[in-house]
This record gives sequence, C-alpha cells and structure tokens, in this order.
Amino acid sequence: MAETIHLPIGPQHPFLKEPAKFDFDIQGEEIVGARMNIGYNHRGLEKLCEERNYYQCLYILERICGICSHSHTTAFCQATEKLLGLEIPKRGLYLRTLVCELERLHSHLLWLGVAAHEVGFDSLFMLVWRDRELVMDALEAISGNRVNYAFNTIGGVRRDLSEEQRTKLLEMLKPLIERTGFYANIGTNEPSFLARIRGVGKLPKQRAIDMCTVGPFARASGVDRDARRDVPHAAYPYLDFKVITNEECDIYGRVLVRVLEILESCKMVKQMLETLPEGEFVAPKVMRRVPAGAAVSYYEAPRGEDIHYVRGNGTEKPERVKVRAPTMANLEAACESVVGSFVADIPIAIASIDPCFSCTDRTSVVLNDRRRGRRVTTWGELRTYGIDWYRRNRGIHF
Amino acid sequence: MNALKVALYLLVFPGFAFQSIFSTWLEWLDRKLYARMQNRRGPLYTGWSGMMQPVADIIKLLAKEDITPSHADKKAFAFMPVLSLAAVITAGLYIPVWHLSSFNSFEGDIVVVAYLLTIPSFSLFLAGWFSVSPYSLLGGTRVLTQLFAYEVPFFLALLTPAVMSGSWRIARIAAYPWTGGHWWVMPVQIIAFGVALLTLQAKLERVPFDIPEAETEVVGGPLTEYSGKKLALFRLQKDILMYVGSALVACVFLGGFKGGLLLGTLQLVLKTSFVVGLLSVVRAACARIRIDQIVSFSWKWLAPASLVQLLIVLLIKAKGAM
Repeated sequence: MAETIHLPIGPQHPFLKEPAKFDFDIQGEEIVGARMNIGYNHRGLEKLCEERNYYQCLYILERICGICSHSHTTAFCQATEKLLGLEIPKRGLYLRTLVCELERLHSHLLWLGVAAHEVGFDSLFMLVWRDRELVMDALEAISGNRVNYAFNTIGGVRRDLSEEQRTKLLEMLKPLIERTGFYANIGTNEPSFLARIRGVGKLPKQRAIDMCTVGPFARASGVDRDARRDVPHAAYPYLDFKVITNEECDIYGRVLVRVLEILESCKMVKQMLETLPEGEFVAPKVMRRVPAGAAVSYYEAPRGEDIHYVRGNGTEKPERVKVRAPTMANLEAACESVVGSFVADIPIAIASIDPCFSCTDRTSVVLNDRRRGRRVTTWGELRTYGIDWYRRNRGIHF
Repeated sequence: MNALKVALYLLVFPGFAFQSIFSTWLEWLDRKLYARMQNRRGPLYTGWSGMMQPVADIIKLLAKEDITPSHADKKAFAFMPVLSLAAVITAGLYIPVWHLSSFNSFEGDIVVVAYLLTIPSFSLFLAGWFSVSPYSLLGGTRVLTQLFAYEVPFFLALLTPAVMSGSWRIARIAAYPWTGGHWWVMPVQIIAFGVALLTLQAKLERVPFDIPEAETEVVGGPLTEYSGKKLALFRLQKDILMYVGSALVACVFLGGFKGGLLLGTLQLVLKTSFVVGLLSVVRAACARIRIDQIVSFSWKWLAPASLVQLLIVLLIKAKGAM
C-alpha cells in the first residue's frame, strides 16, 4: 500500500479560475479523500444590496457573476415583481427569456471549451471560444453589452428589439447552429476526449438527489429536474422545449446534457424570435416603494437552479436579499465524486459542475481547532511571521 | 587543424550553436502550426512572423530571478538541467547532418543516441524528486511511469530499420534506401515510423502524452519549482530534444540527409520540419490521456505494432537471403 500524500490544490492553481481550496489525500495516483474550503472571494454583495434601492440592487446583483449575470437579475426581478404584484407584458417576458437562453448558450459553449482545456484538448477550447463570439455578438446586438447586459429592469426589460435587429439575429443564428452541431459532434465522439470523460466522476442518481444537486449536473445523473419546466417563469410556459436528462452519471453524461441543451437553446432562441409578441416591453408604472413581505424566485441559470429570496419592508430598499447560486448546491457532490478516481481527473471532475466561486462565496467561518489540524493565523501573527521571515532570510530589519 | 575541425563540429555545426538555433526555429514552427490549426495567429512580433519568439523567451528566462526551494537538494537541483542539456546535445552530435555520415560515426551509435535520449527523462524525474514539492514529486513519478510505457516501443521502432539494413550505425541505416535500389524499405516501415512518431511525442511530453507536466493537474510537473536560468536550460533542452528526436526519426525512416553541405542541410531542414509538422498535428488533434491509459496504450498497441513490423522486416530479410 502506497503512502498517503496530502495534495493541496488552491487557492491558486492553474485549473482554478477563481480561488477555492481543495485538499486531496492521494495514494500514488489514486484519490482516497477529498475536502474543500471556499470563502476566498467574499465581496459582501448581499449586505450591499440592503443599502441600495431596488433599481440599484439590479446593478450590484448583475455583478455577482460574469457569466450568468442576467440570471441573477432575472431572479431578483422576479422576486421583486412578485412582491409588487406586477403584471409583465408578454413581449418583455419574451425578450428577457431571449437573453436568458443566449446566455445559456454562451455559458455552455464556454464550459465546453473549459472542459476541453482541463483535459488538455486545447484545439477544441480555442475553436469553441472563437465561435462563442457569435453569441457574444448577438448579445451585444440586443443589449449593447457583452458581459453585464443591464437588460433587465423591474417590470420588464430596458430595451426593445427592433424589426431589423430581429432579422439580423435570425441570420446570426444560422452559422451558430451549424458550428455548435460540429462541436457537439467532436465533444461526444473524439476518442481521446471520451477516454478522459467516460466513467469518471461518477455520481449515482440517488446520491445526486440526496446531495441536492441542481442543473445539468443533476440531470446528467438522471434527475429530471429543471426549473424552466417545474416552476414556470418568464416566457418558458409559452415555449416548446425538452428537458434533457441522461443516465450516464459521469462526466460524459454532463457533456452530453450540456451539448444537447445548447442545441435545444438554439431552437428556443429561434422560436422566440419568430413568435415575438407585439406590444409593450416594460410594465408602465412601477412603484419605487416595495410593500412589506417576502418572496422567493427560482430561475434555471445555465449552471442550475438559482434562488433569490427578497424581503421588502415598505421602503425603497430591500431588507434582505439572499442568493443561493447553483454552484453552492453542486460543489460538495462534485468534491465527493472525485474520490476513487485519479489525480488526473481532479480538474475535469471539479470543472464538470461548471463551478463559479464568485457566485458561491459568502462569509465563511473557520474555527481555530488545532485538534483537527485547522489553524487560523491572526493578523498580528501574520505580521510577526513576515517580519521574522525577512529578518532570517533576507537580513532585512523592519 | 584537426583539433580545430573537431571544435567546430562540437561547438558550431552540428554542435551547440546550430542545435540551439535550429531547435528554437523548430519550436517556432511547431508553435505556429499548432496555432494555425487552432485558428490563432501564434507568435507574431519578435522577428519575422515571430520567428525569434522562442529565443526571446529563453533570453528572458535567463534574466529572471532564480529561486531554489529551501528544502531542495541544492547541488542536484542545479545539476539536473545541465545534465539533461548535455545529454541531448551529445546525442545530437551523432546525427549525420549534411551527408550520410557524421564525424564521430561508429558501429552501434544508434544505441548510444537512444540511451542518451533517455537521460533527459531521468534527469526530469530526479529534478522533480530533488525539488521536494508535491506537484514536482507527482510529476517526477509520472515521468518515470511514462518512460516505462514508451521506451520499449521506441527502441523496437528504431530497431526495425537497423535490422533491415543489418547495421547499428545511423549512417548505414540512413544510406540503406539509397544503396542497391532499396527505396521500398521506406513505405514498408510505415508502421514503425508511426510508432516512432507517437513514442517520440511521448518522449517530448506533448499532448496527448504531456501527462508529467499537465498544467491543469500538476501545475508544471517536475519543473514546478524551477525558475530563471535553470528553467531556461530545461526549455532549451526540450527544444533540442525535439530537434534530435525528429532528426533521428527522419534519418532512420526517411532516408537521411544525402547530398553535401547545401543540399544535405536543406534536406535536414525539410525532413525534420516534416516530422515536427506531423507531431504538431498529433498535438492539435488529441486530448491528454491519463497515465494508466498511456501505459495500456503503449503495451497493448504500440509494442505489438512494432513487433509486427519487426516480423515483417525479418520475413523480408529471410526471403532476400534465400
């Protein structure tokens, strides 16, 4: 039996795009234990929302995540609209959902590229990211922005879609569908890529349910759960779409689910553009004071179910905003699914949930528990250590 | 006069100077091809079409701060890059570059070259071992595991042309297709050529066999703790290894570099570029496989394939002898 080595990964590591800490116990190349720790990216956005009015909150919440920025504002708008009892014009809902689906497209394409990069398949990564630009261009054509679209507002959306834009978008969609099909084919058929993703990061269906996983990660384990269908919101009740599930329970399944969702999203975008209803795109009169009460809104973000809880107290500012990002629900399960596979599978297994730590990170409390080998260094200790280190090693006296 | 000639051979052509310059050019070629295959531009600014970029990278690294980890074995840590660089440059001296023989050619030099080309892998393992960091250690053991996977098929593939020509001398092996109308040996040895290409790719630790230094898994593998001059030497070693490996493959499988200083050198450039081009295609077309997968792939497919090739060659020889 090989000796167990402790392999720390993070907070800084080439495969982590954002800081998070993973600790693995490895024997040779096999992983026998996994622990994780998040909380390196806490920005206090929820607290900040309590100091701003609802419209200002939109801009803060948009910046929770750079990839699914529209998801958070949609979830927040829906909660606030529920509190206000607003009726949203159908065109507004359609436009909101249009951006939602384009965002899902770009997020999934981005993920496919990242997954390819994690297993060293840089060609697919580069090509997918090149063509992801098509979606970015479409988003820019709609909202004027590429990352934080600032498209949502309470009661609808902020911009209308002109007839020219609509035809232009329909044209932009054609090459996109064609090329996505090509990447879908590579992602699910290339032998060396398949060798790396098949049977890796297994998460059985029951375990996926027990661990409360969400989104494509859960759907790849055969859990038929999709907020778009289960909790009707936005324009989804009017649209015709399939919920993609898969019984593979491994990373291959997750690739398949996402790839098919990309194709499904393409169809939905086309459908929405073709059947865009006429009329207003934003509710005419929206009160600035939101009545007291609490509302929860669900939204199927590209990574899974995004839940926002908003409590109003009759003023212009929310009393509490709480965000449960999908990564939070999936991270534990991903960490568990790594155990038993090889060190080489760590990046792709963690990346298979499409982690977004800036969405997830809240204040985390670490106990100064020496028995479990957890030690918290205080600011004073760190300062003394630094001074001491420079004196010993560099001969510098502060 | 003779001493001067040998010094020229050692230091200028085909020795250190030529090897460093040509191998960095090959790295540029590889990078450019790889980039074009991914619809990128590749190196662009330094020199014509970014041709000087690899040189610039090495010079920049030479000027960077050189850090040795406090727990590392200092002497061994510093010695490993030098050892591996010396080994590959020495191996490069045995490659006949502009005619069918090199200045120090002798019977059995292909074995020496194959042996010398193993040293970089060992020094990489030791480099990882002596730097005492989990990533380096893991990378180092991966280097060794991978070595056991690809080395035997590589030797078997090199053995095929040697058996065909009945000589252990690179010069004779290279000359064999040109003597007595034996040009058909080149297409006959295509399986061995393929195996040699793939195992060379593994030796160079490039996708799909870049397991020891898989960036997303073990950061920099055995080179994680290396920086500055030592890393620059390792980089140069890697380039020269690519040149020597592809030149060796071109020598034994593609008929060497016949025809005097000008034509011979031109052939050298073209044939090694061709081999490097093939390596780039392999690199662009695959995902990185796992360490257990490379071991099973080598022993299940590459080794039997080279044995089959050997059998074919032996049968041809037996028929010729009858």
